[in-house]
Amino acid sequence: MAEDSDIKGRFDSAESRRSVRKALYVLCALVLIADLFVRRHVDHPWEALPGFYALYGFVACVILVLVAKELRKVLMRAEDYYDG
Amino acid sequence: MGDTAPFLIFYIAAALAGVTRGHLRAAILLAAPVIGAVNLSLLPDAPGMPVALMDFTLELLRVDRLSLLFGYLFHLAAFLGIVFSLHVRDTTQHVAGMIYAGSALGAVFAGDLITLFVFWELLAISSVFLILARGTGRAYRASMRYLAIQVLSGVILLAGAVVHARATGSIAFGYIGLKPLGSGAEGLASWLILAAIGIKCCFPFLHNWLTDAYPEATPTGTVFLSAFTTKVAVYALARAFPGTELLVYVGAVMAMFPIFFAVIENDLRRVLAYSLINQVGFMVCGIGIGTALAVNGAVSHAFNDVVFKGLLFMSMGAVLYRTGRINGSDLGGLYKSMPLTTTFCIVGAASISAFPLFSGFVSKSMVMVAALEEHHSLVWLALLFASAGVFHHAGIKIPYFAFFAHDSGMRPKEAPLNMLVAMGLAAAICIFNGSYPWLLYGMLPFPVNYEPYTAAHVLTQSQLLFFSALAFAWLQLSGLYPPELRGINIDAEWVYRRLLPRCVRGVAAAGIRLATAAARKGHAGMLWMSGWVAHHGGPQGTLARTRPTGSMALWMTALLALFMLLSFL
Repeated sequence: MAEDSDIKGRFDSAESRRSVRKALYVLCALVLIADLFVRRHVDHPWEALPGFYALYGFVACVILVLVAKELRKVLMRAEDYYDG
Repeated sequence: MGDTAPFLIFYIAAALAGVTRGHLRAAILLAAPVIGAVNLSLLPDAPGMPVALMDFTLELLRVDRLSLLFGYLFHLAAFLGIVFSLHVRDTTQHVAGMIYAGSALGAVFAGDLITLFVFWELLAISSVFLILARGTGRAYRASMRYLAIQVLSGVILLAGAVVHARATGSIAFGYIGLKPLGSGAEGLASWLILAAIGIKCCFPFLHNWLTDAYPEATPTGTVFLSAFTTKVAVYALARAFPGTELLVYVGAVMAMFPIFFAVIENDLRRVLAYSLINQVGFMVCGIGIGTALAVNGAVSHAFNDVVFKGLLFMSMGAVLYRTGRINGSDLGGLYKSMPLTTTFCIVGAASISAFPLFSGFVSKSMVMVAALEEHHSLVWLALLFASAGVFHHAGIKIPYFAFFAHDSGMRPKEAPLNMLVAMGLAAAICIFNGSYPWLLYGMLPFPVNYEPYTAAHVLTQSQLLFFSALAFAWLQLSGLYPPELRGINIDAEWVYRRLLPRCVRGVAAAGIRLATAAARKGHAGMLWMSGWVAHHGGPQGTLARTRPTGSMALWMTALLALFMLLSFL
């Protein structure tokens, strides 16, 4: 009963997950290419670099996750840490 | 009508809700914010409801653009919260929620420090019931810690108000500004008042009450909690300390540090609690910059944040209500049976991440541009980092681990109708404010000449967000992303929940060692002293006893009640 009546999710298959990722790659490429054509007002010298925001976003998130992972080693405790 | 203080309408509704049931109560609860909003639109611009208190005059109703904006915001938040909690059959929660919302309104319309203090404490006392109502031991203990810290904030505010009144001869609550501590009573008062606001505002190291208590409240209670306390503090900060440079850096730190905790946190409502602090960081930073653009940005972001953070807490509340679980490690795959909740959650996630056409986009950027204009380059880079980070943990992590990720096998029912209506309304407001910001801009304290929808802004923000998403995808695929693990992460609360109790126990243990040594030597005097130390410091001794936070909070409340009584005499 459980399997037969189970709702088939749209994102169950590896294929659909792959197409979601592909869409993301296309979007990333598009906003990078568009950067070459849009004249931006620049307040900070780094902003003038084409693709600065893309690079910053990517690097920031990787650093964020890797640092947070290291932090876990220092900060993580068992769920009943304070109860004991 | 016309010059009724907004809090009165909510207090009356709270009293009526206490003695009614069922549909009648629902009608009363829903009517209060609607009647209140009509009342707001009729309020005269002059100070109303003066009350004489000894030599001072209390001003219960100060209406200007800043207080009106927060007034409307709190009516909206109360309405959404009430719709979301209509299915709840718990008089305590309904009544506490109304008093809590009313107290928030009382605080933002308070024209003097004494009135502000009274509502400041009523906020604390009414909101604690929303945590207590969860009914678990954890919730009880968290609520008592919460109450103690909130009441302490009020006591500091009162101390600041008293010193301020003595130094300046006035209790009016207006611009205070931070003065050097060495500059006498006025300096001391300004620091005390800032500290009181800082606790409620979650300044770093003072923030812990929020991440401790909010995730322990009821599914509906957290929605109320997320809207009022911190935003009253943001209002008070914007009123009293705009342009205080210290706040620029405090805000930048607040925007940064919680995102690291949010990435590794398992309880998804605690993830949202950390991101709440992160968003308040943007507001604090904007108030610190203090230009018209920055303050407009801070205030409009407060408005948008109440709605999108409320929406995110609602979606997680719906998940908790339906599944009884809220840990990322237990959830996943819920989009199949809760598609509407999933959709609304994604709208909230897009809004907090500041996607173009969603509400965060039109308000957060004002603070960022203001930081650049005032040459705070490092702060700007920090805020940009925080913007990428918030998308990462609130924008992706929340919907991904709750509704997608690995299938948990759970197939809960879709959220109840009233929850869906509340989430739908909040989602609609997020999209409306994001797509047509002019209505919100028209309510801001200063005239707005800021254009959010330039090609450059849309493009740069899209780059930031899409490449943050790319980083998430890459980290997930490569297995570098830390898995959701059962466990808790210690934070500043460790100092008062672990370090201090340990120190006390350490002193006690040293006392016992001393006692044993003395007993061996047989010194009568030492023996007496050691007996005394063992009596007070031993395992059953006075010093070693773990005092329930509850009794502390009770004493604080008793003191407070006395204070209030005295201030009304």
